Amino acid sequence: MNLQLDQDGRLRHFLTVEGLPPALLTQILDTAESFSSVIGKSVKKVPLLRGRTVMNLFFEASTRTRTTFELAAKRLSADVINLDISTSSAVKGESLLDTLWTLEAMQCDMFVVRHRDSGAAHFIARHVRPGVSVINAGDGRHAHPTQAMLDMFTIRQHKGDFAPLVVAIVGDILHSRVARSQIHALNALGVAEVRVIGPRTLLPRDIDDLGARVFYDMRSGLRDVDVVCMLRLQRERMEGALLPSEAEFFRRYGLTEDKLALAKPDAIVMHPGPINRGVEIDSAVADGPRSVILPQVTNGIAVRMAVMSLAMQATGEAA
Amino acid sequence: MSGLIIRGGRVLDPASGFDAVADVFIADGRIQALGEPPAGFTAAHELDARGLCVSPGLIDLAARLREPGLTHKADIASETRAAAAGGITTLCCLPDTQPVVDTPSVVEHMLRRAETSGIRLAPLGALTKGLEGQLLAAMAALKDAGCVAVSDGGRPVANTRVLRRALEYAQTFDLPVLLTPRDPALSDGGLMHEGGVATRMGVAGIPQAAETAALGRDLALVEQTGARTHFGRLSSGRGVELIRRAQRDGLPVSADIAIHQLFFTEQDLWGFEAMFRVEPPFRSFTDRDALRRAVAEGAVAICSDHQPHQPDAKHAPLAGAEPGLSGLDTLLALVLRLVDEEVLPLLDALARVTVDPARILGLESGVLAPGRPADLCIFDPDAVWRVTPETLHSRGKNSAFLGWELTGRTVHTLVGGRLVYSREP
Repeated sequence: MNLQLDQDGRLRHFLTVEGLPPALLTQILDTAESFSSVIGKSVKKVPLLRGRTVMNLFFEASTRTRTTFELAAKRLSADVINLDISTSSAVKGESLLDTLWTLEAMQCDMFVVRHRDSGAAHFIARHVRPGVSVINAGDGRHAHPTQAMLDMFTIRQHKGDFAPLVVAIVGDILHSRVARSQIHALNALGVAEVRVIGPRTLLPRDIDDLGARVFYDMRSGLRDVDVVCMLRLQRERMEGALLPSEAEFFRRYGLTEDKLALAKPDAIVMHPGPINRGVEIDSAVADGPRSVILPQVTNGIAVRMAVMSLAMQATGEAA
Repeated sequence: MSGLIIRGGRVLDPASGFDAVADVFIADGRIQALGEPPAGFTAAHELDARGLCVSPGLIDLAARLREPGLTHKADIASETRAAAAGGITTLCCLPDTQPVVDTPSVVEHMLRRAETSGIRLAPLGALTKGLEGQLLAAMAALKDAGCVAVSDGGRPVANTRVLRRALEYAQTFDLPVLLTPRDPALSDGGLMHEGGVATRMGVAGIPQAAETAALGRDLALVEQTGARTHFGRLSSGRGVELIRRAQRDGLPVSADIAIHQLFFTEQDLWGFEAMFRVEPPFRSFTDRDALRRAVAEGAVAICSDHQPHQPDAKHAPLAGAEPGLSGLDTLLALVLRLVDEEVLPLLDALARVTVDPARILGLESGVLAPGRPADLCIFDPDAVWRVTPETLHSRGKNSAFLGWELTGRTVHTLVGGRLVYSREP
């Protein structure tokens, strides 16, 4: 049984892209598209979540994800409460459940959860009341499904059809929940090829089993791709003996104009942010004509509106 | 001579291969005869074992009883009761209690606490002081206090020089050393087997090399020192292969496997099932099959690796959940299940939890023959039962087998000829 779907196959929680039917992903994209026209209007609100309470439960710091979730909920006319729970002391075990039950007692309808532990959103989804919906805003290295969907939305916006596309994901795949969710989404939507590019230390074991072709050499990996997805490199990777230095990483795996020239002429460049200029991406590329990094942020609002409204539809009728 | 007769049971002695319906005559805490009564024997008591199997009591090489120090999880009274109900007559308890079992007083305390249960406690002493891997523990004093062996208690000695000296020192007093083959640098931070499932779940893995690298180092030291060494809780096919090769080379080594390793794999962690977080982790199907073969061939013994927890210990995302499973209650039935699944014949299966561990520890129990201690497990091989929190005697309800229907259940347990458990009819 898929924890994410109700008995009619509708989205109840959004925890991971893995295992969701492609039609549902397309439905999310289509719904997002209808909202993106709303965003352009002077009155940006729709009343779909009026009277509902959304709780942003962030156990890990985040600016853009939390903000876009907040905006998305507000544009759906929901009441939004932001809770930034200390990251210094890992909130684990019973305290997580206790937190959850306390908040649930406040009669909220949806939790948007970010947590440092893989599986945290699953855990919460398994323990909430039947009427409550859980949206994963990033759990450990596991999944960041709304990010992946906004990336898909951005790709569709620029490329139209997924079928002929070759997409490269570059950098720290090992620690990236974004990369995992992207790989699942791209494969579900039927792209021609997904590539992952990075040094062996940053590529998890058996990543090819997820449906990705592995390249250690960025130049061969970027050849003729339609989309380049860069990933953020955390500074602490040096301490874990995964990389010698940022400089060496940039030389081999940083996206420069020079390397981007190997991709298709109309290739787009994406990044989930926040970017490290000069570490994984050169400023000239990040700010260049092929970068869609800022549109990604804008699209994040529509996509999150879509996911929230779809999930509320399923649980709303059940409750 | 007056004593107890166990009438009409199917007597199973893995050590000799004996398997026939016979009466067992017990007096003075020992088995006096099988089949015919010894001269001058009069029966003070009789136990009807018709339709039941009579086996040596089980000897569990690794169990945590959580006392002293962790009695919010379990205690010696509760877990020895669970052992008795599970047909386990000797329990090796690991030294990682609070305080650590590195002084005779802790050993004496534990033995005293276990007295009322009738179960034989075989405490493992600490190999190093405080299990810190720096200074030698007072092994001779621990032996005098009742420790049957010394162990790293699941916290491997990182310093190779210290381990070498510890092996030599233990050997001086003929104490077997029980090691946990795990390279901390490779395993720390990992929550499950490093493989395809962990990659999909985005969970930090524990590579197979965490086991084999440690084994490689430890086996080199065994070769150097000649110390009798037992490796507890192997998890990988490659690990078992290293043990086999060492045995062929004539090294004095043995190994065991936790029973649950023979039933689960990394796949069981799908959906972040915190119950299945164990250390070492469940690995691949290939590993599980290799472990089953090793058990069938007799290269390794089986233990429960009993680790009872309070309920909320597993009630968390994977990273926040504590590793380990409650295992005393299910050990016998799972060993019998291996027979049902045709992994190995009944006598061999029982050997892995009776005479094999006895030999590893140098105990005289584990054998059902005249002169041996009358430590017996009398079980109903056909009794079907469901694993539920209520059917588990252990305070730890953290069984990965909850919901399973198992066949085979202890009816009576005897230690030294004394009945320490009888199932309510």
